[in-house]
Amino acid sequence: MGIMKRFAGQTTKQDDGSTRAPLINVSRRGFLQGGGGLALGICFGPVACTSEKAAVSAADIAPFVPNAFLRIGADNSVTVIAKFLEMGQGTFTGLATLAAEELDADWAQVSVEGAPADAKKYANSLLGAQGTGGSTAMADAHLQMRNAGASARAMLVAAAAEQWKVPAGEITVSKGVIRHAASRKEASFGQFAESAAKQPVPAAEAIKLKEPKDFMLIGSTATPRKDSKAKTDGTAIFTQDVQLPGMLVAVLAHAPKWGATIKSVDETAARAVAGVVDVIRVDAVPGTTRAAVAVLAKNTWVAKQGRDALVIEWDEAAAFTKGSAEIFREFKALAGKPGTVAATRGDAAAALKKPAKAIEAVYEFPYLSHAPMEPLNCVVDLKADSCTIWNGEQFHTIDQQVSAGILGLKPEQVTIKQVYAGGSFGRRASSKSDFIVEATSLAKAARAKGVEAPIKMVWMREDDIRGGYYRPAFVHAIKAGLDRDGKVTGWQSRLAGQSIAKGTPLEQFMVHDGVDHTSVEGVSDTRYAIDNLQVELHTVDYPLPVLWWRSVGHTHSAYAMETMIDELAHAAGKDPVAFRRTLLEKQPRHLKVLELAAEKSGWGTPLPEVAGKKRGRGIAVHESFNTFVAEVAEVSIDADGQLKVDRVVCAVDCGLAINPDVVRAQMEGGIGYGLAAILKSEITFDKGAVVQSNFADYQPLRLNEMPVIEVHIVPSAEKPTGVGEPGTPVVGPAVANAVFAAVGKRIRKLPFGNQLSA
Amino acid sequence: MTELSINGVKKTHDGDPAMPLLWFIRDEVGLTGTKFGCGIAQCGACTVHLDGNPIRACVTPVAAAAGKNVVTIENAVTDKVGAAVQASWRKLDVVQCGYCQSGQMMSAVALLARNKTPNDEDIDAAMSGNVCRCATYVRIRAAIHDAAKALA
Ligand code: FES
Ligand code: FES
Repeated sequence: MGIMKRFAGQTTKQDDGSTRAPLINVSRRGFLQGGGGLALGICFGPVACTSEKAAVSAADIAPFVPNAFLRIGADNSVTVIAKFLEMGQGTFTGLATLAAEELDADWAQVSVEGAPADAKKYANSLLGAQGTGGSTAMADAHLQMRNAGASARAMLVAAAAEQWKVPAGEITVSKGVIRHAASRKEASFGQFAESAAKQPVPAAEAIKLKEPKDFMLIGSTATPRKDSKAKTDGTAIFTQDVQLPGMLVAVLAHAPKWGATIKSVDETAARAVAGVVDVIRVDAVPGTTRAAVAVLAKNTWVAKQGRDALVIEWDEAAAFTKGSAEIFREFKALAGKPGTVAATRGDAAAALKKPAKAIEAVYEFPYLSHAPMEPLNCVVDLKADSCTIWNGEQFHTIDQQVSAGILGLKPEQVTIKQVYAGGSFGRRASSKSDFIVEATSLAKAARAKGVEAPIKMVWMREDDIRGGYYRPAFVHAIKAGLDRDGKVTGWQSRLAGQSIAKGTPLEQFMVHDGVDHTSVEGVSDTRYAIDNLQVELHTVDYPLPVLWWRSVGHTHSAYAMETMIDELAHAAGKDPVAFRRTLLEKQPRHLKVLELAAEKSGWGTPLPEVAGKKRGRGIAVHESFNTFVAEVAEVSIDADGQLKVDRVVCAVDCGLAINPDVVRAQMEGGIGYGLAAILKSEITFDKGAVVQSNFADYQPLRLNEMPVIEVHIVPSAEKPTGVGEPGTPVVGPAVANAVFAAVGKRIRKLPFGNQLSA
Repeated sequence: MTELSINGVKKTHDGDPAMPLLWFIRDEVGLTGTKFGCGIAQCGACTVHLDGNPIRACVTPVAAAAGKNVVTIENAVTDKVGAAVQASWRKLDVVQCGYCQSGQMMSAVALLARNKTPNDEDIDAAMSGNVCRCATYVRIRAAIHDAAKALA
């Protein structure tokens, strides 16, 4: 999810006259730190060393803890403390690479663990709180982690110099070995862990970072993922896997519609299920959670059996009752009228009065569920005056404060243990901490009834698919005009959809002059040289909670922009790459990825023919989270309208690529995630109830549908930017443009579904 | 009472015989490498081997495993094919969030155990029941080919 720009919110004028959000807004970034500035007991030591009970084992020697991000054990282990959640995007590996580079550690001796909640030590400078999102991890932490490594290295060297009685300047460090060549002395980090801890911490200005030419690990492929081992032998621990003595499992019956309340509950049959311990009513926190009834049992199956046996009458008087057809009718009607101005360049209305050619199109984007592979869950161990939470934790300090509020505790009485998240795509970074609120409310209610056991709240897949916090549905109505030479003279976009920030604690930081930047990003700040541009927004107030979904507003804006640009190119009789090149003349990084993707895909050469199929190639280019991506898709469509995306060639500029293989993996995964959404996924409503329930009807992409993917990384020494999200929004329009090239049909309503066979 | 083996170790279950094997393995035996993803045989996260065949543990009652041996990810990687799959998975850094990967590997091991040289169509057929929301499919395919080569 991407909240960086949203927190920043304000836009600034660029040289080219466009308006766009700044990377960060220093004056606003401290907003969440106020309440969160607390010092928790940090569980830094003692190190869990592998050596057994030798009289004086390495475990008895206190580790060297040079700063909040590193711990070096006498057993020669180097532990990197990651302030970001590892949810698949490779952050643990990226952070470790940065620290290990400057420390000159051996990659094999490095491991990573998640940091506890501590806003002082672990805030994300780009979010203003401790949290993972907006593809910000590397952008925020690259210097911090490198400094941490360099500082630790200096202390180890100082300790060696002292003991060996040689000048520190003559000591070298390489692959975890400290050496003094002249005296033929060498030692491991572990040997100096104890004495390094006694060295003064070097002043910030005394720390010298490596020149890029000296990098051993950054930019190399010698840094395989740090989580690969545990994730391939069944030992990686996700929230779902937390097991505590006496722990109970809770499975919930959720209200079928948002805003419904519990009228009555008949618990008899549920309590009759052998192994059911209790039935707990968890009333809705309006606007945040659905009303629910939880069944507590000794295992998940029994809890689910109990849940299924509940007889609940819901009061739907105040519930959301719209259906999808009505929703889109309303959105489309709104998008047909002037809205709140989100961006203006020149005079679009005048320019659109009499263009040589005019094109109008209305695009429909459905609600989408994140559907991470691990259904949502949370483990809560509530005691009289403290609480421990195990969670794939993405918003540490916010969740800590919110849960403390629910529990009537001080934030420092709530300890959050970060474990791996089985995906998130934004869902675990809940703007309202919804599932944490539900789990802690449940624990509190249970404790009030005398249940003192730790509780693992487990959502079934149906709870997840129907649980809201969707990518908001949107309608874009676009009017664009061309002059006689095929130049874009004017562009008007009118959007209608729900705001992600409105009604959340983030509203004051993310909504400016009635515009939530996440609603219009990618359109209002387009880098295309369009002299006359008008972007207007209708923010719809529905009680459905919506949330950032891998690349946020770009998920719809890139599609609308890039398919419309393609239409304009064809209307102008120009090649889509050449047409974009003209519009991006002053945007070197866009141009570079555009050219690279075109070149590597063989743009302009005929596609090999396949008997019985029509083939096409399409391109799209888009910037999100300060990363630039272009993709070329190749598709085949058979006589029945069956579409296969055969190949996607992706070019990415993310500044300095810290772990090129992780960058490639994120482009591959981002493309697959985006493809599922545009081809198959949608959440629809029938009288307020979500129609889909599980993977049978909320369809994910499967292996046989995955295209061949080629990723090309633009070599760059620019500041590193994120890669978790930017690959996702580009594939949709690239495929849509390829479909047009193949069969001449424009798809403007997502998902594609069976529109090609109709 | 149901008697069965998990990874060669005898276990008994005296609760509901209709309880899916998945919850017995995870909640009762305490082996958490086998994952819950959908509960309706749509995602493959719960794939284990029952007497050598890949099955979805979320829809297989414990009773169906009576007298049989169930192999989970924790044990599957110790035999020749399993070790090769694991090595290829690590070599190509297949995993992202990792949550689906036990199931992916269990399906891959079952495929390679009966087909030493799977082509892309074989891989499609054997692996399309395993969802990966992180879409690591490109590497899953490559890792299966790689493991097949290593085993040849
Ligand atoms: S959990 Fe068994 S197939 Fe999804
Ligand atoms: S690695 Fe995340 S679901 Fe497969």
